[in-house]
Amino acid sequence: MGDKEMLRTEHLSLVREGRHILKDISLSVAAGSVHSVLGSNAAGKSSLAAALMGCHDYAPTSGSIFFLNTDITNLSISQRAKMGLTLAWQEPARFEGLTVGDYVTVGNGADRIMRAREALAKVLLTPEEYLLRPVDKTLSGGERKRIELAGVFAMKPRLAILDEPDSGIDILALDNIVQLIRELKERGTTVLLITHREEVAEIADRSSLICSGCIVKEGNPPEVGRYFREKCVPCVTKTCETGERHQNEESVP
Amino acid sequence: MTQDYERMLAAYAQAGGTPEVLKDSTVSHLVVHGNKVIGSHLADGLILEAEERESGILVRLVVKKGVRIARPVHLCFGVLPEEGEQEILMQVELQDGSGLELLAHCVFPNAVKVRHRMTAEIEVGNGASYSYKEVHFHGEKGGVVVIPRARIRIGNEARFLTDFALLHGRAGRLDIEYDAEVRDGSSLQMTAKVYGFGADWIRIREAARLLGKGSRGLIKSRIAVRGEASSQVFSDLTASAPGARGHVDCVEIVQGRADAKAFPTVGVTHELAKVTHEAAVGRVDQKQVETLMARGLEEERAIDLVIGGMLK
Repeated sequence: MGDKEMLRTEHLSLVREGRHILKDISLSVAAGSVHSVLGSNAAGKSSLAAALMGCHDYAPTSGSIFFLNTDITNLSISQRAKMGLTLAWQEPARFEGLTVGDYVTVGNGADRIMRAREALAKVLLTPEEYLLRPVDKTLSGGERKRIELAGVFAMKPRLAILDEPDSGIDILALDNIVQLIRELKERGTTVLLITHREEVAEIADRSSLICSGCIVKEGNPPEVGRYFREKCVPCVTKTCETGERHQNEESVP
Repeated sequence: MTQDYERMLAAYAQAGGTPEVLKDSTVSHLVVHGNKVIGSHLADGLILEAEERESGILVRLVVKKGVRIARPVHLCFGVLPEEGEQEILMQVELQDGSGLELLAHCVFPNAVKVRHRMTAEIEVGNGASYSYKEVHFHGEKGGVVVIPRARIRIGNEARFLTDFALLHGRAGRLDIEYDAEVRDGSSLQMTAKVYGFGADWIRIREAARLLGKGSRGLIKSRIAVRGEASSQVFSDLTASAPGARGHVDCVEIVQGRADAKAFPTVGVTHELAKVTHEAAVGRVDQKQVETLMARGLEEERAIDLVIGGMLK
């Protein structure tokens, strides 16, 4: 891992419909690394991903986002993507009339078919079987997730935000996805891996723990994973503000 | 006449047709300009008669019992001048066990004041299979009125499919009315895809009655309107026999100041019948657009791709 910084947020906050979704998040993702963001359901993980990508309704209320030291806080999704940032959605959209081949290579110019074939093979989908299928409701959730990841692979981004790539897929596919993440890294793509599973988070080089919109702990993945398992999982309120005030801790004399 | 024929072929190609196919002796075809037949060819097993009348043209198409026409029959209807009228009365009879696939291209590339009316009576016999695909090409002036009407009767264990597409050029004023009856074990699928802009006015009324045991019906529409265009889609599907199943599926996308309305009506008159519907009217799905933007497409291109896919 190099020391260069790929992504940085400074005091990033997001309020939606009167609720504080993200609170003062300052995060640094090193270039060439896999950085996991671990957290329970509704901790703010997907909102963080959407804010970083620049999605509608996720514009930060305050704070800044820097990508390769350029302030991208006010850039559109397309502009961010053209700089090399992309997002694989937790629940990918479906498209009537668009084929898997078209979708996987959308935005790519040369060698589209070859890139689509290679990317589909990486996620263990037979290109001959999938290239001409529509990206619609005829695909299972697991197939759609893999196609989403294939699209990221084909794009060759500088930074891939993978929002829960492990959700909704079987255990065999999970091994494949872990392998794909490693391959992305080897190929030079920095990965921001969002997950609620500590064993997945632990494949990263560095990990951040998010709870109720705050980064409550950062460090090496096993350490963060242990903290998550021992403190966050048993926690009832899930309303941690600083990482120091878990309900189960407070109840201990 | 030859000049008209060549110009029709050119317009036919613009509409997505393949002119070479009209020169293939194994393919049946009929080319009608205004209310005149300017080209035709019949392959074995098909009876296709066209009679020019003062009020329009009568086309009678019969496929004899048990005959399945191997290759699609091509129809090309059009009006090339800026002004004109076309009135087509079609009588289609598929006798029991027969099969026919029709590909129709309707071309009005220069229309400023053109009216095209097609009234079809379609009988699909027991065990027969009928497919009708109609593609329109209208040019950019919007001065065309298109009035397709069809009454369809489908026998037992038969298949019926119609697919209407108006995606190139201005829709103008489009007023579709199809009405179908479906008997035992038969299936029907009616699809309409239209892209309207400018001051286009689109009304689609498709109705089907699933009268037979185990009959199936799908009414599907995909409409996109922008500018000042408006669309109204009436989909009416009823089932009244045991095991009859139907579904109405309507999506209308609106951009700018256009307006769209969907009126799905579903009903059953038998406790073992079921009809469902889904209708979505509104802007392009934001998540779809953002997903494509995250791959580097500009917003406008992403919207075009979503709409283009839906209308494909």
